[in-house]
Amino acid sequence: MDKKVISGYIKNITAIMVVYAIIFYLIQIKVINNYYNGILILAGIYIIVAASLNLATGYLGQLALGHAGFMAIGAYTAALFAIAVDLPKYVELVAGLILGGVVAGIFGLIIGIPALRLRGDYLGIVTLGFGEIIRIALLNLSFTGGAAGLKGIPRYVNFTEIYFLVVLVIAFLFAFIRSRHGRAILSIKEDEIAAESVGIPTTFYKVYGFVVSAFIAGVGGGALGFYQRILDPKKFNFMFSVEFFIIVVLGGMGSITGTILAALALAFINEFLYSIDELRLVIYALTLIILMIFKSDGLLGRKEFSLIKLLNRFSKKTKIENAD
Amino acid sequence: MSLLKTEHIGMTFGGLKAVSDFSIEINENELVGLIGPNGAGKTTIFNMLTGVYAPTEGKVFLGETVVNKKKPYQIVTMGLGRTFQNIRLFKELSVIDNIKIAFHKDMSYSTVSAVFRGKKYWKEEKEIDIKARELLGLFNMEEDANVLSSNLPYGKQRKLEICRALATNPKLLLLDEPAAGMNPQETKELMETIAFIREKFKVSILLIEHDMSLVMGICERIIVIDYGRVIAAGTPDEIKSNEKVIGAYLGQ
Amino acid sequence: MAQFIQQIINGLNVGSIYALIALGYTMVYGIVKLINFAHGDILMIGAYFGFFALATFNVPFGLALVISMILCALVGMAIDRLAYKPLRNAPRISALITALGMSMLLQNLFRLLFGAQPRRMPAVIELKRIEIAPGIAISNLAIITILLSVGLMLLLEFVVKKTKTGKAMRAVSEDKAAAKLMGVNVDKTISITFAIGSALGAVGGLLYAINYYQVEPYMGMMPGLKAFVAAVLGGIGVLPGAMLGGFVIGLIETLTKGYISTTWADAFVFGILIIVLIFKPAGILGKNTREKV
Repeated sequence: MDKKVISGYIKNITAIMVVYAIIFYLIQIKVINNYYNGILILAGIYIIVAASLNLATGYLGQLALGHAGFMAIGAYTAALFAIAVDLPKYVELVAGLILGGVVAGIFGLIIGIPALRLRGDYLGIVTLGFGEIIRIALLNLSFTGGAAGLKGIPRYVNFTEIYFLVVLVIAFLFAFIRSRHGRAILSIKEDEIAAESVGIPTTFYKVYGFVVSAFIAGVGGGALGFYQRILDPKKFNFMFSVEFFIIVVLGGMGSITGTILAALALAFINEFLYSIDELRLVIYALTLIILMIFKSDGLLGRKEFSLIKLLNRFSKKTKIENAD
Repeated sequence: MSLLKTEHIGMTFGGLKAVSDFSIEINENELVGLIGPNGAGKTTIFNMLTGVYAPTEGKVFLGETVVNKKKPYQIVTMGLGRTFQNIRLFKELSVIDNIKIAFHKDMSYSTVSAVFRGKKYWKEEKEIDIKARELLGLFNMEEDANVLSSNLPYGKQRKLEICRALATNPKLLLLDEPAAGMNPQETKELMETIAFIREKFKVSILLIEHDMSLVMGICERIIVIDYGRVIAAGTPDEIKSNEKVIGAYLGQ
Repeated sequence: MAQFIQQIINGLNVGSIYALIALGYTMVYGIVKLINFAHGDILMIGAYFGFFALATFNVPFGLALVISMILCALVGMAIDRLAYKPLRNAPRISALITALGMSMLLQNLFRLLFGAQPRRMPAVIELKRIEIAPGIAISNLAIITILLSVGLMLLLEFVVKKTKTGKAMRAVSEDKAAAKLMGVNVDKTISITFAIGSALGAVGGLLYAINYYQVEPYMGMMPGLKAFVAAVLGGIGVLPGAMLGGFVIGLIETLTKGYISTTWADAFVFGILIIVLIFKPAGILGKNTREKV
């Protein structure tokens, strides 16, 4: 490891801790009240699930329209586990999230192996159908609480937990994408035939990327259950999947920071427009259409947003101006 | 022993015979041209050799192994690299990433090592970074390493595609119309590049080409096909005077 | 046995509605390769137009149907012009998102305008049950639904196969550039396709609303999804496929409801879709195509 890398790590970790400290302090002194705290936590969950979808759609290039299904599987698995066992809080939280992710990943494998042979729209349709089946199953099974929902889940997630979970997921995704595995995944989106012709086992990496995506969506779902304390199967419908899709597209397919910004923005815009709820979704939909027509690659495109780079550039600029 | 050998391979698409009874043998350090009129089945042959299609008849050997049912990525690891007629680069990725992807099969660090940035990750990433830059340097493209490949001029895109195929460390390189869309000057440079590749990488080359000056100028052996069948094979001089070939090209 | 035949009749009734809606999906997909998610909401709009014509203006059923068809055709054309046409050469995923956005827009616009409360559809015709055999009955409404649907499908088949417009539609779906060179007005043809698809969707929507006695802003979603499944099942882009798919979905749905479980019926529909796509990705009547290397 050279020095540049280490200093990069130090910068990132410092930035992460500083942001955490600031927000935590604002929550403590009630500048961020419970209401906004709640929005932040939901936004964090949205970031996790949308980032997982970005891996499948933005990086791997596979149209996935059923991520609410994976999320639901993770949510119910984690919640049922936590209800069933009696362990210390953080053990239950961590084990529950991992278990939720693993079960979602297994479903991703089961659906992915046959479905990923299909191209484009067809994969979208199969994942859509899968999501619907999961929702209907949750509505009808008795051990999941059926249509009444699953109640009595312990609240294990608050701002601190969700913040570090988001950091973990994002760090994982960055490290994963910027490796030989990530490059293999990117090459599949670019040109599957060319990827295969330079020695990438494309089928393996399609399934692999999809399973990792399902795993993370499951973890996000688990976090949702541990925050809301109740799971309503009706929530995990097609429109919910579409919401994540919208976040990914708005932020830019293939930009994780774009996903973060879009999820945060949408979470807050949604809440501000809540008072005019009837209009809210109309505005939302109109914005989406207009954005697609005029800037179809999303806000950031494939670029990543970096606070450090921005600061560097800014300081350079001022230096040059000063020199003049 | 030959690098590549096919025994009477054929390909049928829903009752239509695209290629039939195609046999060929390519040895080390050879440069062979595959020519024929449009629609004669040349690219189909490439696709059979590289595993994109499984031949419906006959056998393809790489060394002594039958590779009929092998997937394209498996065939690459056995030493067969290729380029495409309509350049297939990873357009939205940088030039150097295009090359690095081709080194994928030579790397072995796990996802865990990647995510935790282990020793093996740094070691292998550093190695391929150096190797990729060296390779680009050989083709005077080191400067372009961070350029998006779709932003390269056409001639360089062709060159990058060849470069990427070479990064897979092939013993035999298949080039599908490398001079397509090039002007005479670019074609001349391409001929030099091909000669250089043979010299430097000690690979055999099988190329499809329409540009006769290129084929006649550099190939030692030429195979002519028409309607999916071999109609002639021999040295450039023999081909030039072959009546069947003249007939096929002039439509007699 | 009587019960089984009864279920088949019910299945054909629902299936014919799905088939009508599926035609719109398949026509649009065939010509612009877009999953028009807003098509499900076109049927909702059609139902609303029909509702207002019937309930507010008291026009006869036939006229209400025609009004609803014409208005929906216009809406369909407008959607294409405003939202989809600017994205004709954009990445397909952008067009898909726009379609999803359009679907959200229509649902919520109608909710904003007319409220989320379902409205009761007036009884258009006096409901009569005709006993065919002991234990097997068919309502006059079901007869009308099936006959109207099948009639419109035959008409569409005639238009596409025999008329100049139909020829243009097939040409554009085959190869846009070539069709243009042959003098086909591509934009106009696409517009007509949207118009016809939407008009059929309007009929489907109105019939659906009459069969279930109500209209509401989100009513298009489930039948829309199922009709879409029908289109894919039959082979998307293939007209007879959409019809076949519609009937198959209708039958599967009623048979599962009748013999297995009411609540799991929709899961069965999607499950069968997934299985069919995995084993025959192009659908029952579709052709497999391979990517050119």
